[in-house]
Amino acid sequence: MSHMQAKGKLADLLFFNLTRTVAFITLSLLGGIVISLTWSAWPSIEKFGLGFLTSSAWNPPAEDFGALVPIYGTIVTSLIALAIALPISFGIALFLTEMAPTWLRRPLGIAIELLAGIPSIVYGIWGLLVFAPFFGQHVQPLIAKTLGKLPVVGSLFSGPSLGIGILAAGIILAIMIIPFIASVMRDVFELVPPMLKESCYGLGGTTWETVSKVVLPYTRVGVIGGVMLGLGRALGETMAVTFVIGNASLLGNFSLFMPGNSITSALANEFAEASPGLYTAALVELGLILFFITFVVLSLSKLLLLSMEKQNGGSAH
Amino acid sequence: MLQTRIFRTTFLAVTLGFGATVQAADMTGAGASFPAPVYAKWADAYQKATGNKVNYQSIGSGGGIKQINAKTVDFGASDMPLKQEVLDKDGLVQFPTVIGGVVPVINVTGIKAGDLRLTGEIIADIYLGKITKWNDKAIAELNPNAKLPGDDIAVVRRADGSGTTFIFTNYLSKVSGEWKSKVGEGTAVQWPTGMGGKGNEGVAAFLQRIPNSIGYVEYAYAKQNNLAWAWLKNPAGEFVRPDDESFKAAAAGTDWSKSAFGEILTAQAGKASWPISGATFILMHKVQAKPAQAAEVLKFFEWSYKNGSKLASELDYVPLPESLVKQVTASWSNIKDASGKAVK
Repeated sequence: MSHMQAKGKLADLLFFNLTRTVAFITLSLLGGIVISLTWSAWPSIEKFGLGFLTSSAWNPPAEDFGALVPIYGTIVTSLIALAIALPISFGIALFLTEMAPTWLRRPLGIAIELLAGIPSIVYGIWGLLVFAPFFGQHVQPLIAKTLGKLPVVGSLFSGPSLGIGILAAGIILAIMIIPFIASVMRDVFELVPPMLKESCYGLGGTTWETVSKVVLPYTRVGVIGGVMLGLGRALGETMAVTFVIGNASLLGNFSLFMPGNSITSALANEFAEASPGLYTAALVELGLILFFITFVVLSLSKLLLLSMEKQNGGSAH
Repeated sequence: MLQTRIFRTTFLAVTLGFGATVQAADMTGAGASFPAPVYAKWADAYQKATGNKVNYQSIGSGGGIKQINAKTVDFGASDMPLKQEVLDKDGLVQFPTVIGGVVPVINVTGIKAGDLRLTGEIIADIYLGKITKWNDKAIAELNPNAKLPGDDIAVVRRADGSGTTFIFTNYLSKVSGEWKSKVGEGTAVQWPTGMGGKGNEGVAAFLQRIPNSIGYVEYAYAKQNNLAWAWLKNPAGEFVRPDDESFKAAAAGTDWSKSAFGEILTAQAGKASWPISGATFILMHKVQAKPAQAAEVLKFFEWSYKNGSKLASELDYVPLPESLVKQVTASWSNIKDASGKAVK
């Protein structure tokens, strides 16, 4: 008996150390990536300093680089994507869990999950060859005529209807992240104990009241997790954006119709042909900045969750 | 029974041993994507002829330069020739392999391939955003018979860094002082106007979709996709069309001896020269740690110069003129082993 126990202890110890090693390897990999990125970006960091973040220049022959245009493009396309994808995903998840007839739930759910499996380059090619021409000919003129006439907001929707540009990239990104957010939302909505929902209905609550007062508060953490998953994907998406964003390193005005650039598409487009030296270093620094942006987004979402848990005394979960 | 088995084992061991001693040479190279199709064709034909294998990775010129400097490959490849100082600093030599051209292409209703005449100055002004209408006086004067629309010119260019862009901007820098001072030359530049397509196919996709557009692509791409090319005026004052002959003329009219082959074939002299031509280059270390391996690489290119012209032409690349091949093979005596003996 004691022999067996000793054996079990040894196995426990081995297992503990094994898992700990794996965890630390991951951590040191992360550290290694940060260090090697900083190392390779150093010539650019040294030369441009903080001015790199606020300069809109991107001039390889003159070796004058700044990250403002790609940072703007990355953040704005991701925000557009989130603004479109969030309400749509919520509607999809709501319909699938609360309103759809049972026989429809499974096939519809699977279809949406299949959308998540389409390679991003397919979205890119579809965006360039099918979506952008349609968008430029039919949708953009309509937006320019309506939203474009509004004061202040109007300047965001002005300019020629080229089809491609920051707005088009944001919409393609939205289509790409909807399946992610929707399927996470559906999964967590399904976790709500039926008793809670039925109690609400029993008190005379409508479907909307049940969702907003019972389902959403109960699943808040999961919903925010899903949204962050989508946002993370939108920030890092490369191929689909490269095809439709227009790849112009110019920040003439803030219209969403104009071609722009994102960090990932600048890297994908220029890294292979970049000459060694300052040019390559500036591109690597862009990568470092993206790393930083995703880190900040993740930290913010964690902080948000923590403060919400505090408010509720951790009662919801 | 036992005897046969012993015999078999011995036989197997001998064949394996024998196989190991005469193992075929295995070379690796990496770099420019523009010549990748022809290098792949040559490598395939070379392997069939000699059994030696050449692996070429199309990772881009910048990557090719980084890889050869890191000595992870036997040869690097670049669309942009390196300057003499850089070659000396990194201990490299370079030599050209094939020639290609960059072609201005247009999509204007009613104007077909070869209907339009342009000059370098006009193209520079279009890409600077100074000429904005198709019926601009400068274009109309050159093309009295063409029906030019009064529409805005939609400017299309490459979004990704590329050797094509390098040759194109190098040409514009040579013909326009304003372009040289404002934009300059490089695999990617800060474009004053226009939208960027990814790769030749991206430029072509925009061009076909957007009416009244102008773009530039590699010759092979323009030819295979029947894009509407324009005549260009060369420095000799002649209007020439892009084809094998005019690219070859640009290469033949160049003095390669003075610059370690670092010639960019834009705006070259000669009545028949296409003004936006360019060669693509191989980079190798001057001092070889593995001289036998370097000799195999040189053998491959020697074989390709001799036997690969037809394969190159089939893919719409232009083989080097005979005289240039002689200069290149003669220059190989500069590639030496550690003791200073030429590897080949």
